[in-house]
Amino acid sequence: MDYLAADFVYVPTKLLVWFGLACFFTALGCSQVGTFLVMRRMSLVGDAISHSVLPGIVIAFLILSKFGKASLDSPWLLIGAGLSGLLATVLIELIHYRSRIKQDAAIGISFTSLFALGVLLLGIYAKKVDLDPDCVIFGQVEYLQGYPRVEWLGMEFPRPLVSFAVVGVTATVIVAVLYRILLVTSFDPSLATSYRYFPALVQLVLMGLTSFVVVSAFQAVGAILVIALLILPGATAYLCANRLPMILLLAGVHALLSSVFGVLLALKLEINTGAAVVLAGGGLFTLAWLFGPVDGVVLRAWRRRAGEGMEPDAVPE
Amino acid sequence: MIALETHDLTVTYRKRPVLYGIDVAIPEGNLIGIVGPNGAGKSTLIKAVMGVVRSTGGWVKVFGKPVKQSLPRIGYVPQRESIDWEFPVTVMDVALMGTYGKLGPFRWVGEAQRRKAREALERVGMLPYAKRQIGNLSGGQQQRVFLARALAQDSDLYLMDEPFAGVDAATESAIVELLKDLRSKGKTVIVVHHDLQSAREYFDMLLLLNMRVVAFGPTAEVFTTELLQKTYGGRLTILSEMAEKAAREGIGKIHPKNEP
Repeated sequence: MDYLAADFVYVPTKLLVWFGLACFFTALGCSQVGTFLVMRRMSLVGDAISHSVLPGIVIAFLILSKFGKASLDSPWLLIGAGLSGLLATVLIELIHYRSRIKQDAAIGISFTSLFALGVLLLGIYAKKVDLDPDCVIFGQVEYLQGYPRVEWLGMEFPRPLVSFAVVGVTATVIVAVLYRILLVTSFDPSLATSYRYFPALVQLVLMGLTSFVVVSAFQAVGAILVIALLILPGATAYLCANRLPMILLLAGVHALLSSVFGVLLALKLEINTGAAVVLAGGGLFTLAWLFGPVDGVVLRAWRRRAGEGMEPDAVPE
Repeated sequence: MIALETHDLTVTYRKRPVLYGIDVAIPEGNLIGIVGPNGAGKSTLIKAVMGVVRSTGGWVKVFGKPVKQSLPRIGYVPQRESIDWEFPVTVMDVALMGTYGKLGPFRWVGEAQRRKAREALERVGMLPYAKRQIGNLSGGQQQRVFLARALAQDSDLYLMDEPFAGVDAATESAIVELLKDLRSKGKTVIVVHHDLQSAREYFDMLLLLNMRVVAFGPTAEVFTTELLQKTYGGRLTILSEMAEKAAREGIGKIHPKNEP
């Protein structure tokens, strides 16, 4: 990581745009999927998946390097990550249903064990294969410079950026297509059942989508901070709007703003970009929490003073 | 015609029976109340019909077909407590959800759907609140929004889980009028109900339930001291009868004390 400080004094604009775009596409996919995690009170499950994908990534990377094809932007990493994310959810359900352990404890057990396994594998094999533990745990958008370039619209982009974009846009499109199903299964599972939307299957699809977006987020902000990209945009938007479509849109805006501010902050303070993006996102959340137009602290206080009780029971018939 | 028919419908929760061998055949075009003490399985019965709760035995037919094929003809009003009132949907959004069943999950919502949702809201007097988030309503208003959603479903059979819970008198009588209106259009309405006094006035037929069917029939015939005793006061009698029956059939022990 130290090369950063030395390097960062003269960062060309092109690089800044790359970092910004990488963070944005990553955060975009996470924001759309994560909004539904927030709405379904499944934030912790998101955290679990984001950590559990680590062993899957490492194992996929090890297998790939046996064939001399190891690269952090290989689609096989997605598959490995997806499988181990799924394994985590299966473990959670198994522990939860087959014993008296409740779900929160089951989550705590499954994902930490899988994450530890991933860290262990990294520790043993990281030197043999070219996989940087720092990059996996803290994320490192800066590595984008080292990748081969592809050209598009007369501009050149590093290859991983393309896969970030594909993941981010694909996840957004899938959420848009499944919007009605996700809405009804989240809001009223019994109605969803009667419409034959299969809530249990939808749940599984949402887990799969989470694993999918988490893998690219991994490379951008690292395993520890992925959960922030999943939760912050949706939570921030929830304080600013009363309708789900608007919340999804604002979550996308949050992804954009935190990426822009994050990259600039990283440049200014010469710190890790991932941490800066999450910090910027946290700052935006704080603003929404204080001044949110729907449920902000200030607004609540003002309403109380104005005597407009906002408790549902106080609203006259 | 028979609107809803169940045969030997059984639901167990953690190996304890919640509903036991439910046999009913509910004729079309009636207003039916399901009454019984707490934990009698009233909500579980309609949840089992909807497939929200999995049954461990027996079958359900709606309008003569397996329930899965008839789901589009059923409108369901869930219990108030099961809804997350802070969820970011407006009154209009909820009413529109009623049209999703016939629309399917991927077609766009059009003017036809919006009109239907508006009409349904109009009927329950909630149209002026269409843009409100559902948490910013009183209990009675919230209940009316869910009735509007059921109306927008345009169903032939309605299953309502305690629509009168937490509702003021004005809303209660408005809901009753609405239910009678539905019945006059040939719809069948099945309501889980808590209050015995009003049950007598509101419903054409009553299903007295306490884990199993105590009685089912026209209100005048079923609303007798003896049968009500058997449903409410005579709870132990029924359980001991069940235990006897279970012992006879060798099903296993039933623990009345642990009954939910």
